Amino acid sequence: MTTLDITSPAARPAVPGPEPKKRVSGRQMVANALTLAWRNIAQLKHSPEKLLDVTLMPIVFLLLFLYVFGGAVAGSTHSYLQVLLPGLVAQMTMFATMGLGTALNEDIHKGVFDRFRSLPIGRSSPLIGAVLGDTARFLTVIVVLTGFGSALGFRFHTNVLAVLAAFGLAYVFYLAVCWISVLIGMIAPSPETVQGIAFIFIMPLVFGSSILVPNTKTFPGWLQAWVKVNPITHLADAVRGLTVGGPTSTHVLYTLAWAAGIVLVTFPIAVRMYSRRV
Amino acid sequence: MSAVIEAAGLEKRFGETQALAGAGFSAEKGTVLALLGPNGAGKTTAVRVLSTLLKPDGGAARICGYDVVHEAVQVRQLIALTGQYASVDDELTGSENLVMIGRLLGLGRAQAKDKARELLARFGLTDAAKRATKTYSGGMRRRLDLAASLVGDPQVIFLDEPTTGLDPRARNQVWDTVRGLTANGVTVLLTTQYLEEADELADHIAVIDRGRVVASGTASELKATTGKQTIEVRPADRFRAPEVAELVTRLTGETPEVRTETGLVTATAVDPAVLSELVQQLGQRGIVAAELALRLPSLDEVFLALTGHSADDQNVNEDENHESSEELADAGRTA
Ligand SMILES: Nc1ncnc2c1ncn2[C@@H]1O[C@H](COP(=O)(O)OP(=O)(O)OP(=O)(O)O)[C@@H](O)[C@H]1O
Ligand SMILES: [Mg+2]
Repeated sequence: MTTLDITSPAARPAVPGPEPKKRVSGRQMVANALTLAWRNIAQLKHSPEKLLDVTLMPIVFLLLFLYVFGGAVAGSTHSYLQVLLPGLVAQMTMFATMGLGTALNEDIHKGVFDRFRSLPIGRSSPLIGAVLGDTARFLTVIVVLTGFGSALGFRFHTNVLAVLAAFGLAYVFYLAVCWISVLIGMIAPSPETVQGIAFIFIMPLVFGSSILVPNTKTFPGWLQAWVKVNPITHLADAVRGLTVGGPTSTHVLYTLAWAAGIVLVTFPIAVRMYSRRV
Repeated sequence: MSAVIEAAGLEKRFGETQALAGAGFSAEKGTVLALLGPNGAGKTTAVRVLSTLLKPDGGAARICGYDVVHEAVQVRQLIALTGQYASVDDELTGSENLVMIGRLLGLGRAQAKDKARELLARFGLTDAAKRATKTYSGGMRRRLDLAASLVGDPQVIFLDEPTTGLDPRARNQVWDTVRGLTANGVTVLLTTQYLEEADELADHIAVIDRGRVVASGTASELKATTGKQTIEVRPADRFRAPEVAELVTRLTGETPEVRTETGLVTATAVDPAVLSELVQQLGQRGIVAAELALRLPSLDEVFLALTGHSADDQNVNEDENHESSEELADAGRTA
């Protein structure tokens, strides 16, 4: 077996054009990620039906929870709507991330991802681009939820800035949870399994929280303990505080800390898994 | 000056399958190197290693002197890859695909659009520019795929089975493009299962089998090693086939195979001069040939000669389940 001897730079064949750079610059990586986010948006433009799930889900859940729990939890559907809707903002934020892992798992088997890997772009750019491109799903959820909620009688009780802060916070948390979805998409053997794995993570977070029942005093002790650390509780309570009034600052801080924690753990692993996957 | 593409001792194992078992080859600037081999020979794996998608278990490869593992970032600035399975985004339009690649390669918005327009025109896709790629025919998609590889003016282009599944016209277009590229100093590595294609395009051919290069050289050198060409002649009047067969026997010294239904006479010929001789003799006897050809050895024949086993043999050794799951994955990728 022959091996190549170490070629000194002088022995390199002459290549026209500039000398290739040693690394991809940070600026380039940001630009690459934005281009790949644009790719997702362009895909949505051609097939807007991809947003059907995030359009219908908020409507179905809002109606269902409102009329099933409304009377029992708050005495009337109207007063329940005021606490339910901010809770659903948190819940839908979680659910809307689930499509991403499935889509990426499909994508990495396609030739186009091979091409991305062979281009001089940042390793993580296709993933970051996909997460940013998914903003469209978050926006759809928020618009449908507030639009439909208002039609049913939901009213904001704070000011515009506070409402924007609520959605901003939900968006930050959304981006963080997207990385869980990306990670599952990188680990799962097939697109079909992504959904199943994601559900196992998301269900206890979503339903073991204050989303549906703000007064958690009736929960057994172990559940109360879980609800207290669950980031979804804090996100829901922060959104409530910022949209209809109530304590907010600790919930906001808690949510941000969780978001940072989630990204710190999942992002490096996801990028690593992505580079390894053949 | 060293070669633009250099690979030596490449090894790669997937579970039980040794996809590459010490393959090595090289290509000079502005030439076409063809990796010729049957299904599962390791062609795609070799391309994936050279285009930095896959780390080899052993061996080394360099593109323009840059190591594909340790200097992958530099290598990616010099290469372009058109994979075996369409490496374009089928949910975007043709134009959007090319603009996206341009933007990823650092072109400005306007520049990227201009480049896309120019390439679409060059590959006859202007009319389809605004259509989603998934509505393209196989040939159109291949052309777009090739166009996408030219956005960045690469030094080295990898084409993995660029003409498989194309009709003869589309195939000729691809061939012309490849010739145009090398004329501009671009180095092309292509994989193919067809000796004819390698013969037509390649300056150098590496025959690859079970992850190893079993023979390499120019097309004529390879053909000389196998020596077998087939002479095929079919008289317009099929009842004169026996007469033709007798003639062929005399010229080649081989007993030809005669198909009585069609009158096709086939025999192996070592000396290509036989053909002109045969034409003369047929003329003298007033036999009109409806079909007359000197056929190159088929890949199977080259294989038999080079390796002592036929191209299909090797699947027998492989895990059945693995083969079928690989096929499923392929189907998924092309779907
Ligand atoms: N990701 C993978 N996982 C497992 N086995 C693989 C993988 N990629 C390739 N193989 C196996 O390695 C061998 C070589 O495959 P490769 O795709 O390189 O062949 P090829 O020459 O390109 O064949 P074809 O002409 O069918 O494209 C085959 O047996 C294949 O099944
Ligand atoms: Mg292949």
